[in-house]
Amino acid sequence: MTQDINHHLTDDLIMAYSAGILPEAVNLIVATHISLCDECRAAVESHDALGGAVIENTEAVEVSEACLSGALDLIRNGAWSAPETPVYKDDPVLPAPLRDYVGGSLDDVNWRPVGMGVKQAILPTEDGEATARLLFIPAGTAIPDHGHKGMELTLVLKGAFSDDDGYFARGDIEVAHEDVHHTPVADISEDCICLAVTDAPLQFKGLIPRLAQPFLKI
Amino acid sequence: LQNPEIAANWVNCLIRIRDHRDESAFIEVFQHFAPRVKSFLMKSGADAALAEECVQEVMATVWHKARLFDPERASVSTWIFTIARNKKIDVLRKHKRPEPEDLPWGPEAEPDQAEVLGLQQESEHLSVAIAALPDTQRELIEKAYYGDLSHSEIAAQTGLPLGTIKSRIRLALERLRRSMETS
Ligand SMILES: [Zn+2]
Ligand SMILES: [Zn+2]
Repeated sequence: MTQDINHHLTDDLIMAYSAGILPEAVNLIVATHISLCDECRAAVESHDALGGAVIENTEAVEVSEACLSGALDLIRNGAWSAPETPVYKDDPVLPAPLRDYVGGSLDDVNWRPVGMGVKQAILPTEDGEATARLLFIPAGTAIPDHGHKGMELTLVLKGAFSDDDGYFARGDIEVAHEDVHHTPVADISEDCICLAVTDAPLQFKGLIPRLAQPFLKI
Repeated sequence: LQNPEIAANWVNCLIRIRDHRDESAFIEVFQHFAPRVKSFLMKSGADAALAEECVQEVMATVWHKARLFDPERASVSTWIFTIARNKKIDVLRKHKRPEPEDLPWGPEAEPDQAEVLGLQQESEHLSVAIAALPDTQRELIEKAYYGDLSHSEIAAQTGLPLGTIKSRIRLALERLRRSMETS
């Protein structure tokens, strides 16, 4: 399952994912990376074990009698219905968490052109705290030079891109913070598809990119 | 207080629930974990009434999803933590948590008893190691899991610089890893 992944989640992201304190879009990109990376999956599961140990060590607070009888009602009455979640068939590009968000396979992605051959599809999230989008970048195309007001996470799903921080292929995730200024360029050999998550607008340099920004809806 | 057999006993309860729909096993699990899950949810920002409502649903999930519990990969307290954490995200953060793709399991094998026991014992060691941490380090880890605090928010609350917090958390994790290796 794990191929050669060289760029992983940070400890901060792993802990925050396990603790359940991340915006939905960030949870999505973490879950997608873990779907491709056994190393980070193991790191998350060991942090979950830490969460279990924290719960085990916490002081117990009193629970009412009604709480237990309510729980017994729930298990006896079968008033329980597991939420029906559709299971989409495997897709060579989109791991399961992304199939859930696009409602199917890569063919079902609702791409919108944003200029220079680049296409994007914003994925619906409910909390509005961060934005998740799929990006399609034609082979050899550069995303304009930009900085970040917040965090930008980019996970490669197909093809590859390079910037000052290195070479990123399927499964690799780039964690770019405020101080990073970069021009990612898609590998010449293949079109590149990425999942990108931002928690604040990007800052583009130069006229054309600035014009392009409204179309990017970031 | 801590005993490797305790974790194995919880695994036993889960198997009784899974295979025999055993209510007395359920009540035993409820009486130990419900007060802790309630505490976790209240420290995460739920009031007592909401916390109890969530506790009921968390414990009912334990009953209904018992067959999904894998004792080779998690202790019962870890598994219940993940159910409570997901309920917290659902109710307090108002969104569903995207889950990673399931690993492609082969034909269902009986769990390896040595693996199961090993993992349950390690989970007990982890609990003991947490209890033995210096207060400041233990509190930081608890805040990360309970308090809905990011590292920078922890820094704002304690007045400590962010870098110190991060290295403290990392140090605490390293100490935990080391105590796991030597135990
Ligand atoms: Zn990884
Ligand atoms: Zn960027």
